[in-house]
Amino acid sequence: MAKGIKNEVAIIGMGCTKFGELWDKSAADLIVEAFQEAIEDAGIEKKDIDAAWFATCFDEVNVGKSALALPKALKLPFLPVTRVENFCASGTESFRGACYAVASGSCDIALAFGAEKLKDTGYGGLPDFGNLLGSENRTIFPNMTAPGGFAMMATTYFAKYGLSPEEGKRALAHISAKSHHNGTLNPKAHLRVEVPIEKIMKAPIVAWPLGLFDCCGVSDGAACAIVCRADMAKNFRPDPIYVKSLQIAVTSGEEMAHQSWDCAHVETTCRGGIKAYEEAGITNPREEISMMEVHDCFSITELVTYEDLQISPRGKAAEDIEAGFFDLDGKVPCQTDGGLKCFGHPIGASGLRMIYEVYKQLQGKADKRQIKNPRYGLTHNLGGFPSMSVVSIGIFGNEL
Amino acid sequence: MTGITSYGAYIPWYRMNRKIIFDQLGWFNPASAGVARGEKAIASHDEDSITMAVSSAIDCLTDMPRNSVDGLFLASTSLPFAERQNSAIVTEALDLRSGVRTADFSGSLKSGTTALLSAFDAACNGASIMVCASDSRVGKPGSSQEHTFGDGAAALLAGTEGVIAEFKGSFSVSRDFIDYRRISEERFSHGWEERWIRDEGYLKIIPEAALGLAQKYNLKIADFAKIIIACPVAAALRGLVKAFGAQPEQIQDNLVSNVGDTGAAMPLLMLSAALENANPGDKILMVSYGNGSDALFFEVTDEIQKVQKRRKGVTGHLAERNDLTTYGKYLVFKNLIPVEAGIRGEEISPTAMSVLWREGRGISALVGSRCTECGTPQYPRQRVCVNPECGAIDQMEDYRFSDKTGTLTSYTGDNLAFSWDPPQVYGLVDFPEGGRIFIDLTDCELETLTVGMPVSMSFRRKYQDPQRGFYGYYWKATPVR
Repeated sequence: MAKGIKNEVAIIGMGCTKFGELWDKSAADLIVEAFQEAIEDAGIEKKDIDAAWFATCFDEVNVGKSALALPKALKLPFLPVTRVENFCASGTESFRGACYAVASGSCDIALAFGAEKLKDTGYGGLPDFGNLLGSENRTIFPNMTAPGGFAMMATTYFAKYGLSPEEGKRALAHISAKSHHNGTLNPKAHLRVEVPIEKIMKAPIVAWPLGLFDCCGVSDGAACAIVCRADMAKNFRPDPIYVKSLQIAVTSGEEMAHQSWDCAHVETTCRGGIKAYEEAGITNPREEISMMEVHDCFSITELVTYEDLQISPRGKAAEDIEAGFFDLDGKVPCQTDGGLKCFGHPIGASGLRMIYEVYKQLQGKADKRQIKNPRYGLTHNLGGFPSMSVVSIGIFGNEL
Repeated sequence: MTGITSYGAYIPWYRMNRKIIFDQLGWFNPASAGVARGEKAIASHDEDSITMAVSSAIDCLTDMPRNSVDGLFLASTSLPFAERQNSAIVTEALDLRSGVRTADFSGSLKSGTTALLSAFDAACNGASIMVCASDSRVGKPGSSQEHTFGDGAAALLAGTEGVIAEFKGSFSVSRDFIDYRRISEERFSHGWEERWIRDEGYLKIIPEAALGLAQKYNLKIADFAKIIIACPVAAALRGLVKAFGAQPEQIQDNLVSNVGDTGAAMPLLMLSAALENANPGDKILMVSYGNGSDALFFEVTDEIQKVQKRRKGVTGHLAERNDLTTYGKYLVFKNLIPVEAGIRGEEISPTAMSVLWREGRGISALVGSRCTECGTPQYPRQRVCVNPECGAIDQMEDYRFSDKTGTLTSYTGDNLAFSWDPPQVYGLVDFPEGGRIFIDLTDCELETLTVGMPVSMSFRRKYQDPQRGFYGYYWKATPVR
C-alpha cells in the first residue's frame, strides 16, 4: 500500500450552518454562513487560501453546474476552485481534494466546501433521479427511490440472519431513537425531538420494511473545512485535528450484476474500511475507534455499517445495538450529533458535517454531546445505493 | 399440410366482477343490468395489446425454437402506436431472428382471423408465421361496453411442420356495416341501435360466412365437433345457434362471462381454448365478426397430443387470477380519471431513441451476455466480465434472460416512488445458471413475496410519456404461480 497521508494534513478551522428546511436561505447564504464560522475558527484570511474544492450534488436547480457558486458567493480572489460530485459522498470528496493538494505540497492551506439547497427542488425526499443515474435509469432500472434501494438491504438482511420483521424493525428503531436523542442535544440539528421506539416501529411505511423514522431528514445546509500542512497547524491553533486516513472505494459493478454480493452489506464500506484502518494504523477498530459519524441515510445503512467497518461481528450488529454499544454513553458512540437522521442530509454538505462533529468531539468542544477522552473519530460517507455505491472513510485524531 | 402448429393464450391477472361497475354507474345506465353479470379480465396499468401479445406468443412458443419463426402478424383494434410498427415491438420482445416479416392488422374485430388467413397464405409458401391477436379496449364509463369489454390475447403459429389442426378452407365476407365506429383521434367507439346490429349484423353476416363455407366445402353443421362463433351478444348468439341448428355442446364458450369481449382476440382465444380439449379428427368451424366475417375450417390431427397440456393456455390463465375490487382502481388503470401523480409522477425525463436502438436486444428481449471464459451470465451486456475471478475482455456471447426463471434475492414495496399501483415493488433477481437483474415486479402483492421465491419474466410497459408520444417497454418479474 502507498504511504498515504497519515499525519500530513491538519484541520485548523471548520464551519457548519444549522441544517433544516431553510426556506429563507439561498445556497449562497448558506455558503457565506459556514465560511464565516470556519475562517474565524482558523484565524486566517481569505487571501491565505491557496485552493478550494466545492461539493454539491442535486442542487443544480439552485447553483447550476461547475465550481462557480462557491467563489461567487465568497468573492474568492480568482483562486483555483474545483467542483466535485460523487452522489451523497460528495462532501468527503471535496475534503479529499483539499487534503491531497496540501499533502502533495501544491497548497499550504486549502478549503473544502459542501453545500446543498434541497428544499428548492419541490420534492419531499430526494428529487426524482431522472437521468442522474444515466440512461439505464430510464430504460432498465426499476422505478426506484433512495429509501427503496436501501430497504431491499433490510429485507435480505432480515432473511439472511433469521430476524422476523418485528425483530429487525426493533433493532432499526433503536438506531433511530438513539440518533433522535442525540439530535435533541445539538442546536444545529434539523430534527430535535425524542421519538420512542414503539412510535418508530409503528410509523407509516415509506419502503417496506422501512418506515418514516428509518429515513434521514432531507435538508438545506452547508459545511466547510480549512486544512493545512500538519507541520504548520499549531501556528494557527493549539488544538488542530489531524487526518489519519482518507480512503474512498467505488463499486466495480459486481454487486449489481454478480451473485457474489449478498445484498445484506455494503461492499464499498468493507473495502474502504480495510484501507482506511491500514492507512491510519488501526488494527482493532472495535477497541480503538472512539466515536463514529456514519452514513445513516436509513437505519439499515447504519446497522450494516457497524458490521462492514468491523465494529460489530457479522450478523451481530443487532445485539450491539440493543446493548447500547453505539449510544452516546456506549463504547463506540455513533451519530453523536444526530447523524443524517436528525442533523439532516444536505447531500453535498453531509461528509463535511460528519467531519465537523468529529473535529468538535476530538477538540472537546461538543458541549452536551461531548464524549469522554476521544482519540480517534471516524467518518463514513456513502453515495448511491447498496448495489452501486461510493464510500469515503476518514479517520481523524487529536494527536500526531 | 398447412395449419396451426401451436397455440397459446394470455389473460390478465386482474378480474373484476361486473357488479362493481354496476354498483358505481348502474344508476346512470340502468339498462346495463342485462350485461352486468360475471367478471371481466383487466389488463394492468403496465399492460396493453403489445405486452399481452408477447405473453400469449411466449405461451405459444413453449418448448419450440424461436429461430424457426419467419414472421409475426399482430391483430388488434387497440394498438398503442399509430406510427411505429406494433408487431415489430412484439417480434423484438420475442427475440425472433432478424429477417422476419411483420405486419399489423387492425381496423376491424375480424382482423384476428384475417391475420390468420394471411399467415396460412404465407405458410403455403413454406413460412412459419406467428399470429397474435390482442385487444385491450376501454368502454366508456356508463356504457354497456364498459361491462362487456375484456382484455386478452391469443397466439397461433401457422406452418407446415407438426400441424396440430389442418387448415382446410375459408370463406370471407366484407361489409361496410357501421355497427360501431371510431375515428383515429378518438378513444371510445360510437354504436348504432343494438337491435339493428343484432338483426342485420350478427344474425345476417355471420350466417352468410358460415353457410357460405359449408356450401363451398359441402359440409353440414353436424360435421363440426366445435363451432367458434365470435359473437359477444348473448341474444344474437342464441339466434345463431338456432339458425345453424347446432347442438349446445358444439358451441365453444365465447369467454364473455369470465374474460369479456376480447375484440379482435376473441375468435383466436376461443380456438386456443378449443384446441386445449380437441381430439384428433375433430372438425372445427371458426367464424369471426366485424365489418364482415371470416369463416375458417380446421381438422385436428394426431399431433395435437404433443402440444396439449404443455401450455398455460386459456385454462391455466383462467385459474390464475386476482380480484380487482374497486372501481376507482379500474379507472386509474385505464387512465379514465386524472389522478394526482405528484411531482414524481409528472417528472418524466426524455427517452433517447438512439439508446433504445443501440441496446436493442438488451432492453427489448432482456438479452445480456455470457462470458465464454468463465461461463458467467451477466446483465446488462458487458464487455469486461463482471466475475471478479475472471475479468476477461470481449469474450462474451449473447445470453437471453427473458425465458429464464429466477429467484427473488431481495425486494421492497416503495411508497415514495410514483406508481399507478402503489407501492412500487421491485427487487433483485438471481438466476440459477448465474446472472442477476435489478428489476421491477408486477402482478404481485407485497405481502405474499418472500426471499428465495421463484419469479419469471413478463414483458410490460415500463413507463408512459404521453407528452412526447412514447411508451417505454421492458421486462418485469412476476411470481411463478
